[in-house]
Amino acid sequence: MRRLINLEPGRAGALLLSAMPFIILVAAYLFYSHARLAENPGDKLLPAPATIAATVHRFAFEEDERSGEYLLWDDTRASLQRLLIALAVSALIGITLGVAIGVLPYLRATLAPFVAAVSLIPPLAILPILFIAVGLGELAKITLIIIGVAPVIVRDLAMRTGELPGEQIIKAQTLGASTWQLVVRVVLPQLWPRLVDALRLTLGSAWLFLIAAEAIASTEGLGYRIFLVRRYLAMDVILPYVAWITLLAFTMDWSLRLLRAKAFAWAKAGTS
Amino acid sequence: MTQVTVKRLWKEFGSQVVLENVNLHIGDHEFVTIVGASGCGKTTFLRMLLGVETPTRGEFLIDGEPLPSEPGPDRGIVFQRYSLFPHLTVIKNLMLGLELRGSPLVSRLFGARRRRALERAYQLLEAVGLQGAADKYPQQLSGGMQQRLSIAQSVICEPKILLLDEPFGALDAGITADMHTLILKLWNLNKMTIFMVTHDLQESFELGTRLLVFDKVRIDPQAPDAFGATITFNIPLKGRRE
Repeated sequence: MRRLINLEPGRAGALLLSAMPFIILVAAYLFYSHARLAENPGDKLLPAPATIAATVHRFAFEEDERSGEYLLWDDTRASLQRLLIALAVSALIGITLGVAIGVLPYLRATLAPFVAAVSLIPPLAILPILFIAVGLGELAKITLIIIGVAPVIVRDLAMRTGELPGEQIIKAQTLGASTWQLVVRVVLPQLWPRLVDALRLTLGSAWLFLIAAEAIASTEGLGYRIFLVRRYLAMDVILPYVAWITLLAFTMDWSLRLLRAKAFAWAKAGTS
Repeated sequence: MTQVTVKRLWKEFGSQVVLENVNLHIGDHEFVTIVGASGCGKTTFLRMLLGVETPTRGEFLIDGEPLPSEPGPDRGIVFQRYSLFPHLTVIKNLMLGLELRGSPLVSRLFGARRRRALERAYQLLEAVGLQGAADKYPQQLSGGMQQRLSIAQSVICEPKILLLDEPFGALDAGITADMHTLILKLWNLNKMTIFMVTHDLQESFELGTRLLVFDKVRIDPQAPDAFGATITFNIPLKGRRE
């Protein structure tokens, strides 16, 4: 018998194994849902698949009676818009400040401790300040995500910049590079894949802040909807919404991974 | 014409004296090999020439001018490792120096200037025997090929002085002979001054026109850091100047 660490599944086996937890989860749900509904047809906690399907159809393909909009798409558009704007701004702040702090000792001495401190502020704790300062509109929600995500990216990229071998930086100078040229030709190109990694890692907290902000003050959005229907125990809405959010997050993560592999072929994931 | 003069040079790290009273004069187109025990300051000496360490006392003069306190295009460097740019292909690694010099803002060349730079890069690539690998990335090359590229990358900028920090230390013995031929060829072609730190005594005698031995002349067993090393032997060699 070989050691466990040397036993590897084949291609088909790996696929089957990876599908198994999902299948088990769905099967368990179906079983308990059926059991509860058999006991009490009015049970709302684990709605039957047919109920969920009907709800999804109503939210996705039928106009809402009051607003005349397709709620699921409207919520998705609102949430994604907030999330993507916030992530884009965070990425821009992250790469600019991160590289600057990583490359310039004077800026590092000035800003690194400050950024470290800011990154430790629990963003949700200052959400009230945001609401007071910039109101309950889009700006507050987007700002919350940026405050939660940008400092982490800045710190990560500053550290990655510092990890570039000193030999490279010296070599570039002996090839005549100015500070600006060093940034443009040596540092930035090597940090793009790191930025993608940082975005992937912060995607989870970005969604967290988005949902939190929407739950507290919003009139549309995926997080808003979930917290709204919670009052009616509408699990038939909450469950598909959660699955949809997960799918969106997964798709974003997957496309970022694909982008990294395609655009930065020289940088294999996980290696420096 | 490049003259390197070192006058009463001292280097201390805190209370530790690394180099003491180093005096030296190196004429044009010399191939200086530097040997010495580990920790005797030969790499520190090279790093001061490079401009990443500053002397505690004394001075370096290049053609009578004080050495700038940061690395510059007049002094090329080849480290043992890590001095190639992993995000650039071989030919782009080679062109980088030309692009940096020719285009201060965007650092890229276009049109006729780009074609000329590309031509020059391919010429040099052929001279170092890497013409088949132009579009590969550095990490796809063997250690010997990486060092060839690293040397070519420095040489394309035509530095007055080329510094080599144990450039062949990590290579197989079989490859080293080829590398020696290569470095001698480039040295004679560009008429530059080379300073090379090495562990290999035979190599230092074979390549150099001048051999420097760094060692401590005074040793206090109670305070091993109290005295630094200096140049104990400065031996003119035949060399292979052409």
